[in-house]
Amino acid sequence: MARSTSKDAQALFNSLRSAYAATPTSLKIIDLYVGFAVFTALIQVVYMAIVGSFPFNSFLSGVLSCVGTAVLAVCLRIQVNKENKEFKDLPPERAFADFVLCNLVLHLVIMNFLG
Amino acid sequence: MADPENAKEATTLRYAFGNVLSFFILLLIGVLAFWIRLFSVIKYESVIHEFDPYFNYRVTQFLTKNGIYDFWNWFDDRTWYPLGRVIGGTVYPGLTLTAGTIWWILNSLNIPLSVETVCVFTAPIFSAFASWATYLLTKEVKGAGAGLTAAALLAMVPSYISRSVAGSYDNEAVAIFALIFTFYLYIKTLNTGSLFYATLNALAYFYMVCSWGGYTFIINLIPMHVLLCIVTGRYSSRLYIAYAPLVVLGTLLAALVPVVGFNAVMTSEHFASFLVFIIIHVVAFVYYIKGILSPKMFKVAVTLVVSVGLVVCCAVMAILIALVASSPTKGWSGRSLSLLDPTYASKYIPIIASVSEHQPPTWPSYFMDINVLAFLVPAGIIACFLPLSDASSFVVLYIVTSVYFSGVMVRLMLVLAPAACVMSGIALSESFSVFTRSIKFQLHGLSGSSQVDSGDASSSTVVAQNDAGKAEKTEDTAKERPSKKSKKKEKGIVDKPSLKAKIERRLLVLPFEASIFAILLLVLLGAFYVVHCVWAAAEAYSAPSIVLTSYSHDGGLHVFDDFREAYAWLSHNTEVDDKVASWWDYGYQTTAMANRTVIVDNNTWNNTHIATVGTAMSSPEKAAWEIFNSLDVKYVLVVFGGLVGYPSDDINKFLWMVRIGGGVFPHIKEPDYLRDGQYRIDSQATPTMLNCLMYKLSYYRFVETDGRGFDRVRQTEIGKKNFKLTHFEEVFTTHHWMVRIYKLKPPRNRIRGKTKKPRSKTSSTTRTKRSAATKRNPWH
Repeated sequence: MARSTSKDAQALFNSLRSAYAATPTSLKIIDLYVGFAVFTALIQVVYMAIVGSFPFNSFLSGVLSCVGTAVLAVCLRIQVNKENKEFKDLPPERAFADFVLCNLVLHLVIMNFLG
Repeated sequence: MADPENAKEATTLRYAFGNVLSFFILLLIGVLAFWIRLFSVIKYESVIHEFDPYFNYRVTQFLTKNGIYDFWNWFDDRTWYPLGRVIGGTVYPGLTLTAGTIWWILNSLNIPLSVETVCVFTAPIFSAFASWATYLLTKEVKGAGAGLTAAALLAMVPSYISRSVAGSYDNEAVAIFALIFTFYLYIKTLNTGSLFYATLNALAYFYMVCSWGGYTFIINLIPMHVLLCIVTGRYSSRLYIAYAPLVVLGTLLAALVPVVGFNAVMTSEHFASFLVFIIIHVVAFVYYIKGILSPKMFKVAVTLVVSVGLVVCCAVMAILIALVASSPTKGWSGRSLSLLDPTYASKYIPIIASVSEHQPPTWPSYFMDINVLAFLVPAGIIACFLPLSDASSFVVLYIVTSVYFSGVMVRLMLVLAPAACVMSGIALSESFSVFTRSIKFQLHGLSGSSQVDSGDASSSTVVAQNDAGKAEKTEDTAKERPSKKSKKKEKGIVDKPSLKAKIERRLLVLPFEASIFAILLLVLLGAFYVVHCVWAAAEAYSAPSIVLTSYSHDGGLHVFDDFREAYAWLSHNTEVDDKVASWWDYGYQTTAMANRTVIVDNNTWNNTHIATVGTAMSSPEKAAWEIFNSLDVKYVLVVFGGLVGYPSDDINKFLWMVRIGGGVFPHIKEPDYLRDGQYRIDSQATPTMLNCLMYKLSYYRFVETDGRGFDRVRQTEIGKKNFKLTHFEEVFTTHHWMVRIYKLKPPRNRIRGKTKKPRSKTSSTTRTKRSAATKRNPWH
């Protein structure tokens, strides 16, 4: 039972890796950026757990800026992905411009809230 | 072959004409929304109404005089003496900032409107914007015809008029516009999947958070809708784009507003959005994995993840639930709990229960406030299901939740009004389109499905025969929707016109005369609605409540301006630093118009302070004098309606003072003031009632007016008629005895008769004796 599950797990892992290797490089860059943002957020949470949460607004703005850029990058990836049927009429430049605008608003708010 | 080209040209021409016509209709709707709210300005004067708007007006005055930095950091010491109030941190700044900006823009253009004028007319202007926002919202859900109908309905709906009439300068005036606009941008993002609209959505949500505490409705409704879409299998990447940026940006923007601050992440009102945020990420990830794996591998992944993930999930949920359950209110604020459990406020928070706006509405008030829409709403709900889209499921959820909340509190009928208008607009538009299509069909017989397909060239000739005013809208409806339909058909299913024609033919089996008659009936329905709305706006909701009028038997108008008379007397005849005590209803008006420091006002944030004033009003004269003296009070103000029959006076509110005071100071007991469970002020009243300060201050010298002391509101003669006041002196009574102002007498210099022993010796023995017998009175 355990061996079949571990074999299954291995097979799953391999198929996942091969499927992911097929994605275009631009999408892989976005995925890397998302991973980096989430990792930074995790580091901030660990730091807060060690040092304490004062001042809370700085902690909130730091974590939420990381989470926010991650979410926006995922949205960009959705819109730019060529396999996505819903967005085939959307030029990728427009998607990127929207991404930049939303990030601008996000970081304006972050700067204000950082304190 | 020339025929389709001509038809196409005619289509674009009709389309352009339709656009211009709908633009003018929208303009007229905005003007209508503005003008219908001006009845109070015409009947009375351009004055600010009620109580809360006076506070907002005072804050706006401060903002325009001192600028935004002073406003943001303002600590107000003229209210809640001696506590004061941090205005910058406890007020929702949206309304005052909006009015302040409008005033500043107008003044910089050299249009010298006063702050009061801007404040009075802010609400009608924003109701025009709200009806345009309703047009946009309903256009996204069903189409432009439904949009125009819904906008026209919202411009006039009495529930919205009641809170946005000219002079009602309250948060809801701009908040309803922000609410509808936020919902429109959410639906637009959901329909188009564009991140640009998602950004705008977050900014509109920010404006809503600035304006009203009801923003928690949005931040709970949208996650509920997202969850509904996920559960019913309507997950798409547009849903992710519509929801996820809104949560992150929205939380941050909400935390920027000082009133909300860290509540945006710490109170239970927001937890639903975070929970659904996590859920939508899980779902998105699952769909992504499903997309890149083969089905067999996906099954393996599912079994693996479910077994591991379920354990982790349960552990996290257990921790969260333990955290939330450990706080006594489960993390919800008192106001939200009173919404979820309607009996909560009456059991635990008498202040919230005592406000008349927080009572549940009666059935007739639904018909009064949304009239005809009350039975058009179910038709609209059915129309939303054919076909069901993301947007129409959202509107259905909106109306269901708002109907529930409007059943809890009368005040929230206001949130029901836009939903009811949207639904009714959809219902009316759908029914008009069915009738007009069947008329068109009957007139052309069964000649050719192509004419039904393109629809527009024939529609103009048919519909031009109708000549009622509403028919303009049906013409527009018939043009807009078939033109949209034809565009969609050209793009997509070009090879199935015959099937479509067959389906359409099956729909339009209504007889010709029945359709004409039905359209006439619908127009008549609309006419009744308009008549009711204009009546409600003119008669029911335009009273400024600071000026009262009545008609005498010979038809003359009699004006009661006692409130302003009293405040003017206060501002001219007392020192600037004198403190005035009254019940909390009149606090805002006293600070705004009389410019004197008050003890409690309508913000009701400190229950103990209000209970102190309530106890003082319920105590005998000497005890009340002690309490007021400890608060540095110089003047006491009571409102008395017994001479003219004004029913909202302090004697009618007195039992609430007893309840609230008794809630904090147990020596005040409500049964002491009731005779056999009945509240009386005549000769059968209890001695505690006849000796309390409120009775004495209301009825002092009342017997001099007609010889017998007949109270017109309570319809009896008063119990104690001739008495003197020992610790207070009357300094002013207004023309109709509606406001009476008393001054605290200073303590005597010499004590005649028995001298008092030094307090320390006797008080200890008397205190122990008294505490054994009765509950301790903290001021003795």
